[in-house]
Amino acid sequence: MQKIGVFVCHCGTNIAATVDVKKVVELVRYEPGVVYADDYMYMCSEAGQEKIIEAIKEYGLTGLVICSCSPRMHEKTFRACAEKAGLNPYMVEVANIREQCSWIHKDKEEATKKAVILARAAIAKVNLNTPLKEGESPVTKRALVIGGGIAGIQTALDIADAGYEVDIVEKEPSIGGRMSQFDKTFPTLDCASCILTPKMVEVNQHPNITLYTYSEVEKVSGYVGNFDVDIRKKARSIDFDKCTGCGECSTKCPLGKIGNIPSEFDRGLRNRPAIYMPFAQAVPAVPVIDRENCTYFKTGKCGVCAKICPSKAVDYEQQDEIVTVKYGAIVVATGFDIINLDKFGEYAYNESPDVITSIELERLMNAAGPTGGHLERMSNHKQPKDIVFIQCVGSRCDSDEKGKPYCSKVCCMYTAKHAMLIKDHWPDTNITVFYIDVRTPGKNFDEFYRRAVEQYHVNYIKGQVGKVKPQPDGSLLVQAADLLDGKQINMKADMVVLAAAIEPNPGVRKIATMLTASIDNNNFLTEAHAKLRPVESPTAGIFLSGMAQGPKDIPETVSQAGAAAVKVIGLLAKDHLKTNPCTAQCDTLLCNGCSTCANVCPYGAITYDDVQVMDHGLRETRRVAQVNLALCQGCGACTSACPSGAMDLQGFSNRQITTEVDAICR
Amino acid sequence: MKYSYYPGCTLKNKAQDLDKYARSSALALGFELVEIPEWQCCGGVYPLGTDEIATKLSSVRALNYAKEQGQDLITLCSACHHVLKRVNDDMKNVEDIRTRANNYCGFEEAYAGETKVLHFLEVLRDVIGFDELAKKVVNPLEGKKIGAYYGCLTLRPGKILDFDDPENPKIMEDFIRALGAEPVIYSMRNECCGGYTALKDPDFTKQRTAQIFDDSTGFGADCLITACPLCMYNLNKSDASSKVPVYYFTELLAEALGVKEGA
Repeated sequence: MQKIGVFVCHCGTNIAATVDVKKVVELVRYEPGVVYADDYMYMCSEAGQEKIIEAIKEYGLTGLVICSCSPRMHEKTFRACAEKAGLNPYMVEVANIREQCSWIHKDKEEATKKAVILARAAIAKVNLNTPLKEGESPVTKRALVIGGGIAGIQTALDIADAGYEVDIVEKEPSIGGRMSQFDKTFPTLDCASCILTPKMVEVNQHPNITLYTYSEVEKVSGYVGNFDVDIRKKARSIDFDKCTGCGECSTKCPLGKIGNIPSEFDRGLRNRPAIYMPFAQAVPAVPVIDRENCTYFKTGKCGVCAKICPSKAVDYEQQDEIVTVKYGAIVVATGFDIINLDKFGEYAYNESPDVITSIELERLMNAAGPTGGHLERMSNHKQPKDIVFIQCVGSRCDSDEKGKPYCSKVCCMYTAKHAMLIKDHWPDTNITVFYIDVRTPGKNFDEFYRRAVEQYHVNYIKGQVGKVKPQPDGSLLVQAADLLDGKQINMKADMVVLAAAIEPNPGVRKIATMLTASIDNNNFLTEAHAKLRPVESPTAGIFLSGMAQGPKDIPETVSQAGAAAVKVIGLLAKDHLKTNPCTAQCDTLLCNGCSTCANVCPYGAITYDDVQVMDHGLRETRRVAQVNLALCQGCGACTSACPSGAMDLQGFSNRQITTEVDAICR
Repeated sequence: MKYSYYPGCTLKNKAQDLDKYARSSALALGFELVEIPEWQCCGGVYPLGTDEIATKLSSVRALNYAKEQGQDLITLCSACHHVLKRVNDDMKNVEDIRTRANNYCGFEEAYAGETKVLHFLEVLRDVIGFDELAKKVVNPLEGKKIGAYYGCLTLRPGKILDFDDPENPKIMEDFIRALGAEPVIYSMRNECCGGYTALKDPDFTKQRTAQIFDDSTGFGADCLITACPLCMYNLNKSDASSKVPVYYFTELLAEALGVKEGA
């Protein structure tokens, strides 16, 4: 018989305001097995834990039930506390009377009743608990970073600098991501390339970093400390070792002039050849052949690049290659893109070449961009005199078919930046910004925006634009409301710039599914705890960096990248990880080898073996299931699927669960 | 194929062209518009008051009649199309209005938005198909550059009317292409003509219609088409220097199908 102690926490008023804590103590005191019950203001505090330890010693407790917050919050704390007093940590059960009771109920009587029921279920379970022992698994001391933008670059550099090996997988031909497309960065206006390019080079030269560009993660298996990842290295059609990056092939590719292949890097503002490097400072400086557009791959004719390549590096026969690598930790840094604007017909983005997105404006203002940094209208290559910026295009949108419900966070700042940069170069340009709210929290951010208003005289108008009308004379007419003045505005413009909402890179869904990392309604990766574990995924061994987790600017991305790196280093620094002892076990006497469990196991942890069994005095050979404890994550899928009841989960046995249900229904 | 047809008052006097060319075109295309008996005016504007059903009843009666015939209900006038679709949506989704309207009307079986309301253009697009229409054209309007003028009521509110994308519609442009002419895209095509403000502030409507003509002719239109009698009225009243002829879309349809004479 167990000797169980029940500890009911007030959690200040979090629980005590809705649950009559004293009454819970009184009602569970006489449950079977309970020898001690008490309440305390904060059970997780030093004094609360001391109370538990003393009770264990004084009453010789063999099991504990803590009625408090969710086990996700403090199960670890209370298990450690039990261990300190010499009790096996798996003899502790947490009854969640906060998140699943006091926080969601208003009626005190009802909530108290429910708290008692939850406590009873936990007590019934502890009566059947047995001491469990954690195993150990080794840690592969190598990390994978998915995505080679500034987030991935910074995470990889920080991990590599700490002495661990890191691989970056980037699906584009070059690392650099979105930041490499930017012209200047707020609030200090340093040139984006000048601060990013050195980091890209450092990544390329770092002895601890391996780059897989033009590559994608194809398959992930394993678990924290021991992931197996298949990486598809897409055929570049270039021999990496021979290519010198001279660029001769790109200049001679006939499609460069006549191909009409829009450059992804320049957001379609100019064309690129079929064999190309996305931009001059690309890392690695090795081109790639776009096989979908290349004449040779389409018709078998041409072959100009192979003929003129001085180092004979072009290889049309190259195949995709799949490499399998072991990792201890994985960082998701897949970044963002802007939303598709097809549903915003009112802004005439698809109608007029002079209506552009902010990221296109970055390219137009970039010295290496399609216009050599000279701001011009795409329709007639003339410099615009009147420019209108429209904020929140799809951000903070109440129609979820059209846009996104969240604030994209960076648009207010980059628009102030664009306005000032344009005014710096061409002071007689008239700039108007239509906004819902200007949101500029952050160090030196509001000062930056004020400068746009006060020193640069950028015309900020609170109100949304209803329509952008392309005019017969080629100009644009912007119809908007001035909410502070209560007037309708019709304003002529030469160029309209849309601050399109940001969304996670569309590929992230596939990656999150492979990693079993959770994502939210907007496809941003979910953190393990919004406040206390912001760079970890709820899935062990998966970490988050950059925009993949939510909208953020470069300073914030770099901070988060560093934080993710620290978490990875903390994991890789360990030689062994404790494994969860709550694993499945097969009762070979009951198992009939039907394979149902292996079919439902998501971790491939179940194999079959022929064993000799004694059944009622008869010795026979049977095919029975065997669980690989290193792979089993204790999800319980097999235990519920097993038709003969042979599979059981330690710590959550079938008997324990039915006993809990019985206690609830009593 | 027969459809219940709700012409609406304007089509019986000022907008007779809209009506008669539609009927003859429909026959040429193999369907018939059967005017429902004893229809009453839809009210011309959708009544926004939520506590009064009286102004919605005429639409409810028409909708219920079509239901009893087992037919879809067709309209031509932008305003009727707008009102009928919105009242139908109320009958389908707003319990209070549905209950009170049914209590008052006392139909044999309660009406709950079962009837499908179609604009004539929707029949051309979704039932006949513009490709099929193009095949039946005998007098293609080649060389004509036509600006489609949608106005506001034909398209909005977009979700309830479910007619076309209110910001970037293409149904009338596709219609123009089917007739063999060239559509002219201009940004005022889905803006309001001023509507009933013509009564209170004629200068405002003149300003709006001038913008519509300036914009459409600026992009090369040599005539406009519309489905709305009120837009037609306001556009005809315009004294803009850029004024071009405005036709009901059905007139050009009948012309292209070779059934204009004798309609």
